[in-house]
Amino acid sequence: MSLYATRRAANSIATTLCWVAAIFGLAWLFVILIALLYEGVRGLSPAVFTEMTPPPGSAGGLLNAIAGSLIMTIIGVAVGTPLGMLAGTYMAEYGRYTKLTMIVRFINDILLSAPSIVIGLFVYTMLVHPMGHFSAISGAVALALLVVPVVVRTTEDMLLLVPGSMREAASALGAPRAHVVGQVAYRAAKAGLITGVLLAVARVSGETAPLLFTALNNQFWSTDLAAPMASLPVVIFQFALSPYKDWQQLAWTGALLITLTVLALSIAARTLSAGRRKSK
Amino acid sequence: MNATAQAPKEPQTKVTVRSLDFYYGSGDRSLKNVSLPLYANKVTAFIGPSGCGKSTLLRVLNRMYDLYPGQRAVGEVLLDGENILDPAIDINALRSRVGMIFQKPTPFPMSIYENIAFGIRLYEKLPRADLDERVETALRGAALWDEVKDKLQTSGLGLSGGQQQRLCIARSVAVQPEVILFDEPCSALDPISTAKVEELIDELTNRYTIAIVTHNMQQAVRVSDYTAFMYLGELIEFGETDDVFNKPKEKRTLDYITGRFG
Repeated sequence: MSLYATRRAANSIATTLCWVAAIFGLAWLFVILIALLYEGVRGLSPAVFTEMTPPPGSAGGLLNAIAGSLIMTIIGVAVGTPLGMLAGTYMAEYGRYTKLTMIVRFINDILLSAPSIVIGLFVYTMLVHPMGHFSAISGAVALALLVVPVVVRTTEDMLLLVPGSMREAASALGAPRAHVVGQVAYRAAKAGLITGVLLAVARVSGETAPLLFTALNNQFWSTDLAAPMASLPVVIFQFALSPYKDWQQLAWTGALLITLTVLALSIAARTLSAGRRKSK
Repeated sequence: MNATAQAPKEPQTKVTVRSLDFYYGSGDRSLKNVSLPLYANKVTAFIGPSGCGKSTLLRVLNRMYDLYPGQRAVGEVLLDGENILDPAIDINALRSRVGMIFQKPTPFPMSIYENIAFGIRLYEKLPRADLDERVETALRGAALWDEVKDKLQTSGLGLSGGQQQRLCIARSVAVQPEVILFDEPCSALDPISTAKVEELIDELTNRYTIAIVTHNMQQAVRVSDYTAFMYLGELIEFGETDDVFNKPKEKRTLDYITGRFG
């Protein structure tokens, strides 16, 4: 066989393998999504959004879990985003070449891939144990700790993508550093920064482990931050493992809701970053 | 010919560079004992092969190098008699007096209007009408007004390369600097845009002191009154542009402008 024919053959074999691998990977995702839709949609009804989680054997919904998830996610993101943004801004704009930045980046990468259950345990020992009981606020803190590394990373990455010439141009007009960062670099990186926050929301809205040790669960409607609070992931965890058919159904529906939310957030993030590329 | 007739009438000096050395973080010395004047309301062109230090010199004049840790300049650069290398100097105030135009157009990701207003707002708080007027004056000054007056609120990124470069010039002019530094302002532009920018530089000399780095020798001849030829971090020759190009004193200058090296 000629050299050229060998290359062609190798090329088609490699291409085929790539296709097989891609299809194999994606197929499972589709199976999961279809199973989720099939099982979840059956349980969708207005009651899901208006009634509390029921005791076994009676009708009910997921309202307290949905509200709990929203409250804790919002607090977590509201606390974690500014922290992460400021840290990322320092790393990209002020201390780009410093040792501190290198150390923070290294630790942040570890935090980024730390199992979320470790975060849950950490908050348990730091907050839940001293307080003496589970609480929504410790759940929100756990989520904030998960938000921080994601936002630090995306903020730094997005600001590093802003060309240095843009900063030089702003500095050349006599703009102080804060103006260069706040009005030029942030603006240039805006879509990316928002994408980072959306990804962080998507990441924490499905987290179960850190909430199990912190917010625990609550059968009833509660907005008291000092008391245990229900959340979708924990309710799913509890209901899906139960032997009761109606609880299992609610777990499927809850899982569908989370998945759709995350899907919507991911699509929004994608659209934003696509728009950013186009406008360049 | 007597000596007095031969000496050209010396214009006023705006910037004096005296025994300037420049070091990058790696310790490389990229400017060696450079001394020269920039005359007020004149254009001084810096020519020389890549890496000769001409852009580095320009970036000393507004202390742009300060953005990068480890880089340092030693010597004296006097702007109206004041040493701008003095660490105590207000660097932002300095940069508002010494504007800079870069090789690649660098419009900010905001509207055309905001691009101009950005610099003005840094130093002045003007009523809307006055700000509008300043923006218009700046855009007219950069020969861009007629092309953009109907789309001031659209993004500056939507303009063509040549228009973007003139937008940057307008932005710089709007801050009302005294000196404007051009770092190869036309190397990313087509000939027509280049001609417009050159025309603009010509007009700007009435009000500003200009330094321009260029790889294009015709451009240096066209736009400049004085030319400095640099090679390997040293200033080889400085003089009136006609003299440097027609009867250079140094053989290296002659070799470079006739294309024998570089």
